[in-house]
Amino acid sequence: MAVGMKTRHRNHSTWWAFALHRISGVVLALYLPVHFQVLALAMDGEAVLDGALKWSDQPLVKLAEAGLIFLLAAHLTGGIRLLALEFLPWRNWQKSLVAASGGLSLAAGLLFLVNAF
Amino acid sequence: MSEILVVEIWRGAEDGHFQSFDVPRLENQTVLDVVTYVQRKLDPGLSYRFSCRVGMCGSCAMTVNGTPRWTCRTHVSRVAEDGQLQIAPLRNLPVIKDLTVDMRNFFDKLAKAGGAFQSTKARTDNFAQIPPADPRRKQADAGIECIGCAVCYAACDVVTWKPTYLGPAALNRAWTLVNDARDGMGDKRLSLVAGDDGCIACHSQQGCQEHCPKNLSPTAAIAGLKRSVAVAALKGKL
Amino acid sequence: MSEVTQTRLWLAQRISAMVLAVAVAIHLTGIIIAIQGGLSAAEIIGRVGGSFTLAAFYGVFVLACAVHAPIGLRTVLAEMTDLKPVSVNGIAGAFAAVILLMGMQAVLGFYGLGGG
Repeated sequence: MAVGMKTRHRNHSTWWAFALHRISGVVLALYLPVHFQVLALAMDGEAVLDGALKWSDQPLVKLAEAGLIFLLAAHLTGGIRLLALEFLPWRNWQKSLVAASGGLSLAAGLLFLVNAF
Repeated sequence: MSEILVVEIWRGAEDGHFQSFDVPRLENQTVLDVVTYVQRKLDPGLSYRFSCRVGMCGSCAMTVNGTPRWTCRTHVSRVAEDGQLQIAPLRNLPVIKDLTVDMRNFFDKLAKAGGAFQSTKARTDNFAQIPPADPRRKQADAGIECIGCAVCYAACDVVTWKPTYLGPAALNRAWTLVNDARDGMGDKRLSLVAGDDGCIACHSQQGCQEHCPKNLSPTAAIAGLKRSVAVAALKGKL
Repeated sequence: MSEVTQTRLWLAQRISAMVLAVAVAIHLTGIIIAIQGGLSAAEIIGRVGGSFTLAAFYGVFVLACAVHAPIGLRTVLAEMTDLKPVSVNGIAGAFAAVILLMGMQAVLGFYGLGGG
């Protein structure tokens, strides 16, 4: 029974929304330099960038990109939720906003996948 | 309802351990009743705090099956799992012994956040008249019922990760005073609650309002402080 | 770092977040539309290259990222590592410089490539 007792206070939707916001934030921050580096390949000629784009055509890479899209959408919708929470009058339906943010993010990730394949 | 409740209770200080007790199960039994039974019938050496037993004093908060709760108003039937209870001291505060924690940090932070009312009038002055419908009074009223039990403080991960963070209760208190028309501290209080240890450290995890036994929303109070601090910062008044 | 500076950093992160909310929404829509039928360098350069409007858009985007991400990283490092405040601020500042330089390089580079 003692299993998981130490983290049980976290088991509510707004805590999980925080966790997703933090993880997505860190991943996206670290992805930025990679993203810029790939874009900079275009300066070395179209062929170099096309090489990178061809590599990204692999199914697993596309799946990872869909993951990034999900994280970006999650950070976006979660961020809008937080901005509303902090700068607009308080609303008591915070958990509905968390659900909406999660749903929209999944939809964005799926839409990317459908379009990418 | 099983006849016996198996209760694990924390013993010792930070480096303690759980000790198991068998407690007779009763109807309408609170977690505080269980702890009191153990102390009176099974082990008089058990340390714990309580006073009013009716949810007013805020001294009996403990960690029950992993979440912070006021034990005097928590029925065993609501929290026991398979006839078992695990009772530990509150998180985020140093354990003195068994179920008692050192609450000094918690109370010191109330003072640090400008939690003391600063009067602008003398006893010879008339009463301040503030209509119940006044928007600022409503904001103050929303947070005024805090009993200082530190449940929110124990539930907050920001306090865990940043021990200097003022925490939900202190900031909630500050917000009630920011909205108190009689209080004279003004922008000075906003300076006290700004900065990395103040309201802007809150990540809106909302564990405070999730667990607050009085159903208050410190997250809403902290959001209010953030707005006021943002305006003050933009006006150069911090 | 003074509490006023800390508060200004927080405010800067929120203001940049408001900019990013718009920019990311546009970017996401663009990605999901552009990915249809695959991507090629010629297609991207044809769309973005030499466009002043898009260069300005991405310039603001990069600037907002360079403000927003390092402040967030600073908070995460302060809360979740044992690094001293000086190191945390140093890492965040260096990260801001990297994002700004690399991002602006990409934006200006594409602008310089001209339209297709």
